[in-house]
Amino acid sequence: MTPLSQLLPGQFGKLASLNPERGVDQRLMALGLLPGMILKLIRKAPLGDPLAIEFGGQVVSLRLAEAENLIVDVSADCPIQRPRQP
Amino acid sequence: MSNSAAGLLVALVGNPNTGKSTLFNALTGLRQRVGNYPGVTVARKSGICDLGDGRKVELLDLPGLYSLAAASPDEQVVIDALSGNIVGARRPDAVVLVVDATNLLRNLFLASQVAELGLPVVIALNQADVAKEQGLRIDTGLLSRRLGGVPVVLTSAWQGEGILDVRRGIARALTEPAPMKRVSWPTDIAGALAEVAAAAAADTGRPITEAEAQRLLFDTNPSTAERLGWALARREKTLRVARDRVRHSGYNPMAAEPLVHYAHLRLILEGVVAEGLGKAGRSAAVDRLLLHRFLGPVLFLGIMLGFFGSVFWLAKFPMEWIQAGVDWTKSIVAPPLDAYPMLQSLLADGIIGGVGAFLVFLPQILILFLFIGILEDSGYMARAAFIMDRLFSWCGLNGKSFVPLLSGFACAIPSLLSTRTIEDPKARLATAFVVPFMSCSARFPVYALMCAAFIGPVYGPGWQSVVMIGMHCVGLLFAVPTAFVLTRLVLKVKPQPFVLELPRYQMPKSRDVLWRMWQNAAEFVSRAGTVIFAITIIVWALSYFPRDPAVAERIQAAHPTAAPEVVTAKIQAAYVEQSYMGRFGKAVQPVFDPLGFDWKITVGVLASFPAREVIVSTLGVTYSVGEGAEADSQHLRKAMQDAKWSEGPRAGTPIFSLAAVLALMVFFALCSQCGPTVATLAQETGGWRWAAGSFVYMTALAWLAGTAVYQVVSRLS
Ligand SMILES: Nc1nc2c(ncn2[C@@H]2O[C@H](COP(=O)(O)OP(=O)(O)O)[C@@H](O)[C@H]2O)c(=O)[nH]1
Ligand SMILES: [Mg+2]
Repeated sequence: MTPLSQLLPGQFGKLASLNPERGVDQRLMALGLLPGMILKLIRKAPLGDPLAIEFGGQVVSLRLAEAENLIVDVSADCPIQRPRQP
Repeated sequence: MSNSAAGLLVALVGNPNTGKSTLFNALTGLRQRVGNYPGVTVARKSGICDLGDGRKVELLDLPGLYSLAAASPDEQVVIDALSGNIVGARRPDAVVLVVDATNLLRNLFLASQVAELGLPVVIALNQADVAKEQGLRIDTGLLSRRLGGVPVVLTSAWQGEGILDVRRGIARALTEPAPMKRVSWPTDIAGALAEVAAAAAADTGRPITEAEAQRLLFDTNPSTAERLGWALARREKTLRVARDRVRHSGYNPMAAEPLVHYAHLRLILEGVVAEGLGKAGRSAAVDRLLLHRFLGPVLFLGIMLGFFGSVFWLAKFPMEWIQAGVDWTKSIVAPPLDAYPMLQSLLADGIIGGVGAFLVFLPQILILFLFIGILEDSGYMARAAFIMDRLFSWCGLNGKSFVPLLSGFACAIPSLLSTRTIEDPKARLATAFVVPFMSCSARFPVYALMCAAFIGPVYGPGWQSVVMIGMHCVGLLFAVPTAFVLTRLVLKVKPQPFVLELPRYQMPKSRDVLWRMWQNAAEFVSRAGTVIFAITIIVWALSYFPRDPAVAERIQAAHPTAAPEVVTAKIQAAYVEQSYMGRFGKAVQPVFDPLGFDWKITVGVLASFPAREVIVSTLGVTYSVGEGAEADSQHLRKAMQDAKWSEGPRAGTPIFSLAAVLALMVFFALCSQCGPTVATLAQETGGWRWAAGSFVYMTALAWLAGTAVYQVVSRLS
């Protein structure tokens, strides 16, 4: 279990939990990011923040601080992909 | 609000960027009107759509949104419009749900929420061309049956494909409305919704729809409860009990809505989309380059400098032509009126001058909107916001503030209009508030005149460039702390999360871009045009009257041998001096004394309220070099270099000392001397409060900074 903010670019994860009380998470849920969804951290912006993630066939940007409460599971049932070296 | 003959109203609803506006244009053609929703700064676009069966309906293009949860003003407008809660507007008779055919699941979430409102719907699966290219085959018949028989049509709005089907779909939805299949809420959620509806109806004394009950139960945002007039004290307990009930059934009440809808939609979409062989999008590859850690920012700077640099470069020539055209018109119109000096001056300086003053900005504005359109339609705008967000987030703005602020260097008015792309109301307001600090092109002539007359000749061209560049940065220096204080301390609005979709890249369509440019320009003309015009006429009148013929006679008598131009110039200067504006300028000169301004500069400052660059021609008149003075005018430069204080403690010293010149430029960098900007700000922020605040704040800041510069520099030199 890792916060989304700590994923490496290129790494996949399965959303384990989020905080539905927060506005950001509500917005993401409306976009279809619900627990159990596989997502991928595509990249960080050149200045390190925000992040671009991919899920359900769309690319969405969100801020690092907002990604801290999104907990992802990076264990086996996600597609294997070697993270790019940062 | 008028409706079409049949009185039917149809609304377009969908996620951002699905092609609503494009479809709207295809359905309505040129018959559209743009207005504002009362009290909020969300544009209301409506047009007339011919259904092809003899009926005409009014079509409404609503703002794009992802969910009906009322978090932003745009979303609130859609909910209110769909529920018929907007004053003076009716509830739509049907809704066209515009859906991105390449991402049905996400797009249908909103559709499924809208279904809860019980309106007849038509589903337009737009961007069908892209779906086809990606190898997606969509069984529209199956989808239509699964959704309860609502019309589902494939469209490609920008190619005009499927538009006829949409018209037929609307016609069918209106004549034989088939309700869209709704989610079946789990028992406990349904029970909780019923409890909320009953309690709210009892407390407010009005019927509560199911859709309203859902907003009350699922939203953290209290806007629906507030609109219904359900008092906090009364609703608190009901909502807590109802939410506990949802929680005990295994759903987090704040997540229940998307969870139930998405589960419902997964079943509906089962087997609807077949993925065949198709081209994968190239967006990921393009992003690897354009969002690259090192190359990304370099390319970003290149693109922005290229685009916005060319705004100045490309606009230069048409601006010169317009200026020449205005001067030519004056030279044609003025001579026949020599016998009626008042009429002549009103026509030449007031009316033609007023029209010209704002026409010269039109080329810049057109080009600016052209570029903004290209950036948006190509998909790069979202990337620009992604790259820049970090630099803006700490002072309460976000990445989307970047383009409006950059456009502000050309002209504040289009850039204020472009703040509409910022969803977060707090960031939008703060961005609009600091946009006028950007050094717009109307400040340029002021800097140019001062630098060419006083910096260049004395300190050399090197320092002249330094000062020019420095002046362009002064505004920025104050804008950042202003935004910080405003968002942190003044605005008590809750910040919105910055969740931004990075859409796929796409070649912009010239027709769409040009059409948008035209619409925006038309809005600018109708808005700013009238304001500039009115203010110009008022300022003209204040500087023209009263006009006592004795003044002219006295000057003629005093200079019997002087050349006629010299005498005319002296007469003009004398008239301005004793005009209302001149008297007012003299009266308030003490206020500007700490900045080293004499009464002539003060008059220039006051008279330049319609537009900053007017000060150049006003100085031309007050320094008796005649009208039509321009920034590069030798005479004006000379006259100003020779000007000396005639009285007071500074008598005999030059008025335009280094300190006064710098103070004047700093004052103009920060002041709010632009009537149309103030008017547009009022319009975009939904009232005169913020516009008045901006005027007072900027004027005070300009005065303080100007005073500081004058006092410090005059002591040092
Ligand atoms: N490929 C494709 N692009 C489209 C289509 N319709 C609209 N677009 C593009 O999608 C983008 C968003 O369109 P717009 O009408 O502004 O969407 P809105 O935000 O929903 O109003 C623009 O760049 C359009 O040119 C379509 O049918 N096919
Ligand atoms: Mg639109």
